Amino acid sequence: MRKLILGLALLVQTTVNAQTYFPKNDGVKTTPSVYQAFTNATIHLDATQTLEGATLLEKNGTVIAVGKNLNLPKNTTVHNLNGQHIYPSFIELNSSFGVKKPKRVTGSGRSAQYEPSRVGYYWNDHIKSDYNALQDFNYDGKTAKDMRKAGFGLVNTHNADGIHRGTSVVVALADELPAGGRILSAKAAEHFSFSRSVASRQSYPSSVMGAMALIRQFYYDSKWYANGQSTTKDMALEAAIAQRGLPKIFEAKNKLDVLRAAKISKEMGLNFAVKASGQEYEILDELKVAKATLILPLDFPKAYDTNNPTLLDQITLRQLRLWNQAPINPAKVSNAGIPFAFTSTGTKSAKEFINNVRLAVKYGLSEQKALAALTAVPANILGMEKQLGALKPGYRANFFVASGPVFDTTSKMVAHWIGGKKHDIASTNKVNIDGSYTFNAADTNYTMTISNSSEKAKVQLKQDSTAIKTIADYSSNELKLLVQDKASDTYLRLRADVTDNGIETGTGVGPDGRAIRWEASKEDKAVASQKKAAKTANKREIVPTTFPNTAYGNKSRPTPKVLLFKNATVWTNEEAGILENTDVLVRDGKIAAVGKNLSDAAAEVIDVSGKHLTSGIVDEHSHIAASSINEGGHNSSAEVSIEDVIDPDDINIFRNLAGGVTTIQILHGSANPIGGRSAIIKLKWGETIENMKFPGAAPFIKFALGENVKQSNWGSYSRFPQTRMGVEQVFVDHFQRAKEYGAAWKKYNALSARKKARTPAPRYDVEMETLLEIIEGKRFISCHSYVQSEINMMMKVAEQFGFRMNTFTHILEGYKVADKMKEHGVAASTFSDWWGYKYEVKDAIPYNGAIMHNVGVNVAFNSDSAEMSRRLNQEAAKAVKYGGVSEEDAWKFVTLNPAKMLHIDDKVGSIKIGKNADLVVWDNHPLSIYAKAEKTIVDGIVYYDAAQLDATIQAQQKEKEQLIQQMIQFKSETGGSQPPRNMQKRLFHCETMD
Amino acid sequence: MKYIITLLISICTLSYGAAQQTPGASQTQRIAIVGATAHIGDGTVLANSVIGFTNGKIDYVGTDKNKAAAYDLQVEATGKHVYPGFIATNSPLGLVEINAVRASVDSDELGDFLPHVRSLVAYDAESKTVESMRPNGVLMAQVVPQGGIISGSSSVMQLDAWNWEDAVLRADDGIHLNWPRPFTRGRWWLGESPDLKPNKNYPTTVKKIKAFFTQAKAYINDPQPKHLPYHAMKGVFEGTQQVFLHAQSAKQIKEGVRLLKQLGVAKVVVVGGHQAAAVVDFLKEHKISVVISQPHRLPQSDDEDPKYTFKLARILLDNGITTSIDVSGRLQDIRNLPFYAGSFAAYGVPKEKAVQMLTHDAAAILGLEDQLGTLSEGKDATLFISQGDALDMRTNILELAFIQGRQISLDTHHTKLWKRYSNKYGVN
Repeated sequence: MRKLILGLALLVQTTVNAQTYFPKNDGVKTTPSVYQAFTNATIHLDATQTLEGATLLEKNGTVIAVGKNLNLPKNTTVHNLNGQHIYPSFIELNSSFGVKKPKRVTGSGRSAQYEPSRVGYYWNDHIKSDYNALQDFNYDGKTAKDMRKAGFGLVNTHNADGIHRGTSVVVALADELPAGGRILSAKAAEHFSFSRSVASRQSYPSSVMGAMALIRQFYYDSKWYANGQSTTKDMALEAAIAQRGLPKIFEAKNKLDVLRAAKISKEMGLNFAVKASGQEYEILDELKVAKATLILPLDFPKAYDTNNPTLLDQITLRQLRLWNQAPINPAKVSNAGIPFAFTSTGTKSAKEFINNVRLAVKYGLSEQKALAALTAVPANILGMEKQLGALKPGYRANFFVASGPVFDTTSKMVAHWIGGKKHDIASTNKVNIDGSYTFNAADTNYTMTISNSSEKAKVQLKQDSTAIKTIADYSSNELKLLVQDKASDTYLRLRADVTDNGIETGTGVGPDGRAIRWEASKEDKAVASQKKAAKTANKREIVPTTFPNTAYGNKSRPTPKVLLFKNATVWTNEEAGILENTDVLVRDGKIAAVGKNLSDAAAEVIDVSGKHLTSGIVDEHSHIAASSINEGGHNSSAEVSIEDVIDPDDINIFRNLAGGVTTIQILHGSANPIGGRSAIIKLKWGETIENMKFPGAAPFIKFALGENVKQSNWGSYSRFPQTRMGVEQVFVDHFQRAKEYGAAWKKYNALSARKKARTPAPRYDVEMETLLEIIEGKRFISCHSYVQSEINMMMKVAEQFGFRMNTFTHILEGYKVADKMKEHGVAASTFSDWWGYKYEVKDAIPYNGAIMHNVGVNVAFNSDSAEMSRRLNQEAAKAVKYGGVSEEDAWKFVTLNPAKMLHIDDKVGSIKIGKNADLVVWDNHPLSIYAKAEKTIVDGIVYYDAAQLDATIQAQQKEKEQLIQQMIQFKSETGGSQPPRNMQKRLFHCETMD
Repeated sequence: MKYIITLLISICTLSYGAAQQTPGASQTQRIAIVGATAHIGDGTVLANSVIGFTNGKIDYVGTDKNKAAAYDLQVEATGKHVYPGFIATNSPLGLVEINAVRASVDSDELGDFLPHVRSLVAYDAESKTVESMRPNGVLMAQVVPQGGIISGSSSVMQLDAWNWEDAVLRADDGIHLNWPRPFTRGRWWLGESPDLKPNKNYPTTVKKIKAFFTQAKAYINDPQPKHLPYHAMKGVFEGTQQVFLHAQSAKQIKEGVRLLKQLGVAKVVVVGGHQAAAVVDFLKEHKISVVISQPHRLPQSDDEDPKYTFKLARILLDNGITTSIDVSGRLQDIRNLPFYAGSFAAYGVPKEKAVQMLTHDAAAILGLEDQLGTLSEGKDATLFISQGDALDMRTNILELAFIQGRQISLDTHHTKLWKRYSNKYGVN
């Protein structure tokens, strides 16, 4: 028997798969010749044009005509739609429909893989430009069926693996078409992400910034390769060159990656359509500037389960807001004039997707825009706007039929027509009997509510307002009910036939054997839909977005005011020293005056009598406010930049402000001898990434020496260098190559225009460009270092290549070679008292700072810690304790001295007229353990005010409770709830490996 | 003044060597510290004090200058400050030298229930890390094994000794129970979300703890054949040893304390206690002391008050809960213990109360309040003289320190290198 069924299934398959030029051995060949007309329909030609009472005529999957009073050819089958609606099939852009998932490589062993796995392709396995998803494609009827329920008839599918993910296939979700007939485009678009391929262990890139650098270099290389300069074959580059004109779709994991993708897109001219995060309403200004096209997900978070208070306590205000604000994202993006399509990525079912499209409309998105986002926009992104996304003559006749307007919650999907073939949506042919009814049986009045009757019907019975236990079954168009009489624990047995007219007059038997007749009368349709409309019209109140949209965010982005600080003890860090009873005037974000008895009519006067006013703390070594820190995939990563991965929402920015920090250098980690480029930012909490960057700051790069770059503490034995001897050679090798690289370009650039035209340009290499900047004195090094031998070595390497080391960071044995450091002219950014946590710091001493200072080296104390940076004032005080540095000089360890080493001391680091108004009001001597920052000011704006803290916390608690109440009330909007989970950002330090 | 010089010279001659500074010799001369502001350790201050000690014990605390004359040595300390030695609670001192060098790590033994594993036998009396505590006033420490569910038995040590036997102040003062965490974080390196999720193993671990205590209790009634782990629980049920319940969240604290009380454990101390503020009434009701995590750590969620860790001590102390400071974190940072207390003082704890956390209250929590923790007659002469306020970095500059009357060296590996290189450059 089993065999027989299998045989039948195969037979059906071959019939369906028949294609015109395929031989046929199971019957005679036929050619479709019949027209099909869909009459009496409301036809949505596209997002803006609708015809009522119209007809759509198709033949063989192509629209022949749409309009009223069409003359139908004689050989037409007619489908009367009785006022139902026809929409062009929705198009899914970002799917892996039917594509076999790649296998995750396991069994790593200790040693990393540095070489690519393939021969004849690009040097990186995570670039798979030559890959085409068709090779792993297998039509998935089950998923197709679910997608059709959401209105999708077309899907652009790719293998969601790797950074360059190769090309996609556009498939019609038509079970009834032959396999070849389903493929609309076999090489439709190129797909990208920042995520590594799970199928390769090749170590580079390990971070988002590495992935960004890789994409850039790949496209520089493709240009160079296209000019015919490579002596070797590279099939990945060739594929990319051939596919240059294809649409490009980028899948971003989160809001910041959306901006990063848009940034690369602009730089490299890639024109990405970016699959977004759902939080784009937080970055509208940046997106407008980036001119990105977005593919918005509709995976709105479900309400958190409010029945578990312990777990609920773990949820952050931001998480609650993201739930509350999610449905407004499409409307906000739309109103900002940013082009967007929708994707079902992230939604678990068709039901959830269509529900969330409707929610987006409920929360302000126009129906036209919603429809366009599912039809015309994706068709346009795919470059298939002449055949998909609308119902006009010549377009593909792919459309679905709905019982009413598709964005109405009461409308049902009826059927989906693709290539002239009908696909029914409802899983059974059961009549839908959802609604409210009343009936009388055995002298009792009941009200009955039926829902989900097309699938598994749910029947609720009430007597007056008391729920009655009922066992119900609705199948084969027959409704059966067992109605309990609680007092006697007996049951009334009822049944009724169901026809297209609804529930017919029913029969039944009472517990006493008496025959019963019952008649369910349905509540008026209008009343029912009114009720439902009233229920669904009720909207949650959307809470305002703050800057950033987290706890302690600003209500609006603040602007600088005129501020006058009266009667402070002012630590100028200038020759004037510490001034008692002094006023400081701040205007336009700058220090305007320092003196006694200042006044300014426009100023907001802040009395700081008995308090201390200092310049803001500058942290030379920070790892906060970044999404990744180490690109550990190579021993040199000069091509990556922390500027690419700044995270302006990191709560540690606010916590640092609360400790008086105003400027930080976000350094790359210490995984590699040659690390990545730094970002120097001002802690302008709530500002955009661009506005946080320190204007005109000098370019820096992180280098590292010792145990971390030797990978001594995690047992990795395959990477050069494994010793301090090897570390030197990494630098010599790279600088030598950079020098030669520079010379080659210099030679090329010196050619006349005519000669240039005939001479191939050297390969552009971002890593070498960066190293060349160092040699040319245009970029400065901050070098992670511990023991004296390596410190000395590094200075000698620099001298060999004719540049100067700018800063040694950590530099815990600097005291052993302080004289040499002074002679070389390098600055020292060290810890106050860290030591002993690994072998290379066994001789670290807290007197290090004092000794180097006494020898004449410019010394700073840094944090390398999101926690310690909040109390760098106390760390500075340790220079007083350990080694007796004067208080004034110790204070400069965390302000002016780091500003000098960052080459920003002309703007920050002291209180001087004309410098940036980056100031801190302390309630006590700033070096005292008892000192607290009361106000922290950046560019004349108060970004932290201790006096406001309690009120802010209270308001936040109130908002959280308001949102939890909303979650109880609006749980059903997103269809149920999810268990609470607390979102956490990982903390980074030097050794974090991504 | 000349007396001080004598004392200092004696230190310099003694302190020559490569390993830890040579432990101070037993007190032979009677010593009186005269004129200092004495921070008694119980919340009070005595200005212009005279603190006298003989044979390692304090035998005079007062202001009568005449009393000083009876002592062999008078240390003139006007304008300076005297404190009882500070006590570090919940430290791995002496068990770890360099965290990254596995061979130097003796803090975490294999297994889940290890009350029989004792810290004192592995305590390295010559650790350079231990030595570095002393110039900041940290003169005693509870040495605690790490890891597992019951990580082992701790002991209280003084930090100037030839060997661990000499160092012990109280052997096996308690066992350490790490209450399971109700939440765990996803393994991000496997592509999981790093978010906090309910810990699926929580109920199982609690059951294991309950079973272990129940069986140990039954065993004690007829202890044979000898079962080492259960046997090591004897003191816990007889009330001579404490259970240090390591618990951060309110749920952990409440469920842990309730279970231990239900199992008949007499003395429970909470260690960590991040959310102790949320259960102050519960802690008061059960008379539980708390060793709160040091304040130099980040809030536990984005929403938490950025200053919460600094404010926590005040909340507990205002509610009358005995509180000292858990120094766990970076081992070498334990020397910052005085500044942890100073940070609590910055956020509302009265300064003398902050001193008390490190002295009297720490001693009380460790069951040593009869022997040490305050400047009181009859107690150990474990104390130091600082140039100024010892809770503030700028003024925590020790001139002399004594452990049980023995003058100890304040030199360290660090000071030696400091002097050596300062001399090299001629910059001191």
